[in-house]
Amino acid sequence: MIQGIGVTDFFIISTLMFFMGVYGFITRKNLITILIAIELILNAVAINFVIINKYLYPEGLHGQIFSIFIIAVAAAEVAIAIAIVIDFYRTHKSVSVEEGEMMKY
Amino acid sequence: MDWSYTIWIPLLPLIGFLIIGFVGRKLPYPVPGLIGTTGIFGALVLSYITAYRYFFVANTAGSFEPIKGVEMLWMTFSDKLHFNMGVLLDPISVMMLVVVTTVSFLVHLYSIGYMKGDPGFGRFFTFLSLFTFSMLGLVVATNLFQIYFFWELVGVSSYLLIGFYYEKPSAILASKKAFIVTRFADFFFLIGILVISYYTGTFDFLTLNGMSESTLASVGSASFMGMSVLALGLTLAFIGGAGKSAMFPLHIWLPDAMEGPTPVSALIHAATMVVAGVFLVARLFPMYYHVDGGSVLHIIAFVGATSSLIAAIIATTQMDIKRVLAFSTMSQIGYMMLALGVSGYEGHHGLGYTASMFHLFTHAFFKSLLFLGAGSIIHAVHSNYMTKMGGLRKYMPITHITFLLAALAIAGIPPFAGFFSKDAILDAAYMHNKIYFWIGWFVAGLTAFYMFRLYFRIFWYEDREYHHTPHESPLTMTLPLMILAVLSVVAGFVFFYFLPFGTYITPTGEEFHMHIDYFLAGISVLVGIVGIVIAWIMYFKKNDKAEKVAKAFGAFYKWTYNKFYIDEIYMFVTKKIMFGIISAGWMWFDTYIVDGSMNLIGNTTVKTSHALKKIQSGKLQDYVYGVVLGVVALAVIFIYIWTR
Repeated sequence: MIQGIGVTDFFIISTLMFFMGVYGFITRKNLITILIAIELILNAVAINFVIINKYLYPEGLHGQIFSIFIIAVAAAEVAIAIAIVIDFYRTHKSVSVEEGEMMKY
Repeated sequence: MDWSYTIWIPLLPLIGFLIIGFVGRKLPYPVPGLIGTTGIFGALVLSYITAYRYFFVANTAGSFEPIKGVEMLWMTFSDKLHFNMGVLLDPISVMMLVVVTTVSFLVHLYSIGYMKGDPGFGRFFTFLSLFTFSMLGLVVATNLFQIYFFWELVGVSSYLLIGFYYEKPSAILASKKAFIVTRFADFFFLIGILVISYYTGTFDFLTLNGMSESTLASVGSASFMGMSVLALGLTLAFIGGAGKSAMFPLHIWLPDAMEGPTPVSALIHAATMVVAGVFLVARLFPMYYHVDGGSVLHIIAFVGATSSLIAAIIATTQMDIKRVLAFSTMSQIGYMMLALGVSGYEGHHGLGYTASMFHLFTHAFFKSLLFLGAGSIIHAVHSNYMTKMGGLRKYMPITHITFLLAALAIAGIPPFAGFFSKDAILDAAYMHNKIYFWIGWFVAGLTAFYMFRLYFRIFWYEDREYHHTPHESPLTMTLPLMILAVLSVVAGFVFFYFLPFGTYITPTGEEFHMHIDYFLAGISVLVGIVGIVIAWIMYFKKNDKAEKVAKAFGAFYKWTYNKFYIDEIYMFVTKKIMFGIISAGWMWFDTYIVDGSMNLIGNTTVKTSHALKKIQSGKLQDYVYGVVLGVVALAVIFIYIWTR
């Protein structure tokens, strides 16, 4: 519980972060930027977990544990995603997502 | 006595077929041949043991009862309708086992030499083993269903073997023709089986043959187009047999079937499969005799006599040596059918039946010998046409002597095999109807003529130059020739004097005594000698007598040379009348309505999918955009529902 800041303010922040992430994911062409957008989405969710835990159910710790999970999973995911991006760069000489459309019809 | 081992007689070639077919086809020469030959050799030994036990150990009382060696349920549809498979041993099936395994074994042996170096060596033996299995299954059939089952299997293996050289368009056409013509006849056979089994309530041969005349008359009391239904069923079954046995007018496939490798012609189209029709009639002979007072037998005798005469006339003019032999086969099978048709039932009246089986037995040996000899000649000369041959006796002594013996046997010269069996047939025909006798007598003369025309034309006539000097075939090919030559010489008098056919194979199973009618034998030998002498005059030395004779016959020669234009008539009927006129309307309906509606459905699907496939762009962000839109839409819907 933080004095002077309501739960709504946090929700506004996390919602903004989430949709910025979604927007970035859809519009950016650079794979690295897309990865950053994914991080934004994940972290928005992590903030939500912590805030809901802290403000609505202060006696429990579930939300905080979940946010730790998210951080761990995000780290793993980034490792894999970077590997994919590097490999993608080797084969396509580019990190533009538009190059990766071989798997179409 | 235990007869259950007889199941292995057909199964051994089947195992051979499976082994060669699945694992052995690519094995090096001559392994597939050895596997096939071993399998059939096992069947041969078992058949001989069975024949010895059946004829000399089990039935010593002078009467031969049928035995069911094995019988098992194959398929059940209802309480009444079920199909059995098994092994029926009676005099004719045991005799057929001996004939089929003997000829098949020798042909397998011969083929190892004949097919050497052929890229389809393994495939050839696969099919040959399949054929042998089917034929053995056919002869031991215990019921109509089983005989039909194997009947179709021999048809298929014959089709596969005729079309063996599938690069050749003529072989493909011939195999299709053989399959379609015999299948067309088999359709009648199937209807016949259905009619017979519907009215008698059984498929089983023993039950069918055991029915008395009055039982048959009562179960088949319904009549159809002036015949009793059972007579109709038997006639339809005979049409099936006529198709398989190349009886006029369903014989058109047999000459073309000579496109197959020569050992196949010897095995399938001379000795075994083509006599399946004769075997079928013999198998149901008591029924044929008892239904409607034997009216169907009159048809059989007529068809047999006609076929034998027509085929013999055509055979005198053909230039392809295998076609001469094919028409000769048709003529000899006509003889067998004739003999069955004129046969009585009890005692000495059953001579026709015995004679038919006797001729089947001896014919299998000398005709397969002739075919294998022809194969040996073709192997050496690389041509089927007798105009490319002449003077071969110097190059191929063994083939020459064996061919001569077989020709003497088929010409009915004593003491060779053909004399005894042909004499028995003519004897039976004489007892029944003098006209059939004189037709048979005339055919005997023609047979001697065309056979010695072939012999003199191939081995004497002229000393010509060959591109490659012809050479005698290897031992695997000449050994079967020699064995068959011995059989062609001795099979007649051994089975006339020492182990007379009349004792073992009769319609009733009771023995009777066969004897030679010296007057009939005399005139038939005489006509045979006349035929040989005419052939000698015309073909012994190179001369132009043959052309002069052909000119003297004029139009008739041309007709005969073109096989009486029967193929052309068939083509006219099928192409012009059936395809051109009768089915034209259906053709239109099929092309535009049936095919049209199906094509519409197909084309619509294709066009729609072409449009729809654009959705799968392969672009990651398009998909995510879809997901986000979907989530938003769902969110809106759920919020709307929950806040209502």
